[in-house]
Amino acid sequence: MQSRKLLAVLGSSLGLFFASSAAAQTTLLNVSYDPTREFYSEFNAAFAKQWKTKTGENLSVKQSHGGSAKQARAVIDGLEADVVTLALAYDIDAIHENGGLLPKDWQKRLPNNAAPYTSTIVFLVRKGNPKKIKDWNDLARAGVEVITPNPKTSGGARWNYLAAWAYALAQPGGSATTARNFTKSVYDNVKVLDTGARGSTTTFVERGIGDVLIAWENEALLAIKELGPDKLEIVVPSLSILAEPPVAIVDKVVDKRGTRKVAQAYLEFLYTPEGQRLAGKHFYRPRDSKVAAEFSKQFAPVKLVSIDTVFGGWQKAQKDHFADGGVFDQIAVRK
Amino acid sequence: MTATTTPANAGFGTPQYPSEASLPRQLEIQPARKMRSSGRVLPGLPLSLGVSLTYLSIVVLLPLVALFARTFSLTFDAFIEAVFAPRVVATYLVSFGAALLAAVTNVVFGGILAWVLVRYSFPGRKLVDTLIDLPFALPTAVAGIALTAIYAKNGVLGAPLEALGLKVAFTPIGIYVAMVFIGLPFVVRTLQPVLQDHEIDFEEAAASLGASRLRTIIRVILPAMTPALLTGFALAFARAVGEYGSIIFIAGNVPYVSEITPLIIITKLEQYDYAGATAVASVMLVISFVLLLAINLLQAWTARRSGRTP
Repeated sequence: MQSRKLLAVLGSSLGLFFASSAAAQTTLLNVSYDPTREFYSEFNAAFAKQWKTKTGENLSVKQSHGGSAKQARAVIDGLEADVVTLALAYDIDAIHENGGLLPKDWQKRLPNNAAPYTSTIVFLVRKGNPKKIKDWNDLARAGVEVITPNPKTSGGARWNYLAAWAYALAQPGGSATTARNFTKSVYDNVKVLDTGARGSTTTFVERGIGDVLIAWENEALLAIKELGPDKLEIVVPSLSILAEPPVAIVDKVVDKRGTRKVAQAYLEFLYTPEGQRLAGKHFYRPRDSKVAAEFSKQFAPVKLVSIDTVFGGWQKAQKDHFADGGVFDQIAVRK
Repeated sequence: MTATTTPANAGFGTPQYPSEASLPRQLEIQPARKMRSSGRVLPGLPLSLGVSLTYLSIVVLLPLVALFARTFSLTFDAFIEAVFAPRVVATYLVSFGAALLAAVTNVVFGGILAWVLVRYSFPGRKLVDTLIDLPFALPTAVAGIALTAIYAKNGVLGAPLEALGLKVAFTPIGIYVAMVFIGLPFVVRTLQPVLQDHEIDFEEAAASLGASRLRTIIRVILPAMTPALLTGFALAFARAVGEYGSIIFIAGNVPYVSEITPLIIITKLEQYDYAGATAVASVMLVISFVLLLAINLLQAWTARRSGRTP
């Protein structure tokens, strides 16, 4: 008797569960990388509100965060992401190459290389800048301890490495050889190679290891906001790289789930003044020049070079520098 | 019932409590109850054996076969290159070397700990006993962050150690420390029940026959404990070799110095090099398997030699 009652309760609650999920609104899954968590939770709410007024549809956007390449692998292995918003184009290329979930020309489908917001690589130093770090060449100096994640395990850290390389290349008399030697002396000063960006920030800030942390600007600004400007300072180098975290629709998934329209609108909303403003609020550089002007105090002017012009795109940069046996492996030799 | 089924299972998996290996003999002394029509002493053997084999196949063998199958997408040369690159070989030494050292450390100190917990009664014993399990329960990343916080140069232990010229965090020593931490429960928990079963009478007998304390330990207690110690050693070692989460925070991950093999696997995965990653993983697996097999054989040998009766 007792058990039958229990069964009834169980059955009805199960029914309720399915009923509620059947009546549930459209859902979108945005698979992103680690530091965008705060940005997208605010952006998702804004977009859902706008979508509701426009179409009357209830929308719930779910987000998933992790290391960029790990997230890409999850999508390749079957995580049903409607959109991906990752740290570098190489990881979205991988989604095309392994399984063809989206077309090869995905980066042409949205403005600005499908990167609605950008960032760059800056330095985080301890208050008062005791080691007088002003520019990239100070990172190669003997006696300066540098903290940066391993570019082989952290997609974000590949930008750090490439920025150092691009700086050396832009110096008078710069060549591939000088750039290689320079990058090697920077990485010779690296005593801890964490596997991810947040790990490096912890090592630098919490453990007190190192004199300078090479970081994404948005991470550096966030660290200062969270940990207080009384401990850390940002140093903007004379030249840095334009980091373009790209976004894309996963075609096979949206077509299967019937969410193409809303997914498209979601990504396009990133380019609207409202979306751009939210990106700026969360320390990403807005593409929209009007919105960018509103944040001019937050983002110091810096000469930026792009990966396409200096390195010939991600595929080539990855192959030359980060693949097994590539330049990074060659400069990380036994000491 | 449970006692009679134990020998049937003892051949599979790791024998947790080797002292029970003496059970078959007890069974043999009861031949009076003649075999039933099935012709077997043990009840339900076909069923339990079938279930065991199926379970083992699905849970353990299938993923392993999939792992090896994936490496076959590589040519032989590519496999050799992935597996024996100097940087990868350096990680084998770090991973297996540190894991062996950590397991030895755990056998010594875990053995003492188990001894104290079983043989002495002191206030807070239950609490200490519970503490032992914490490394099991803690998410490995949390353990790694906690250990790094303690052993970093501004940490509680790191600061005085660094003053003595010993850097722990972000060096291979940090890897060893993390491995000791996660491996400890394995030794203590395998040893405890065996110690509990070990009659104190034997030690008293040895003492009354004039054996010194040291002699009692070496000739009476240690032989009885050896199989359990070996099991604990094997478990702690295997766990340490496979550990990633906690080590990665404290290791420093400098190529050729403090990179562990699981990191190489993750590195390869980050490059979407699934085949290379599984190749390195399969080498790890083979080394681990050989070492564990050796330990198991050693254990069987000591068990036979000591005649299973202390």
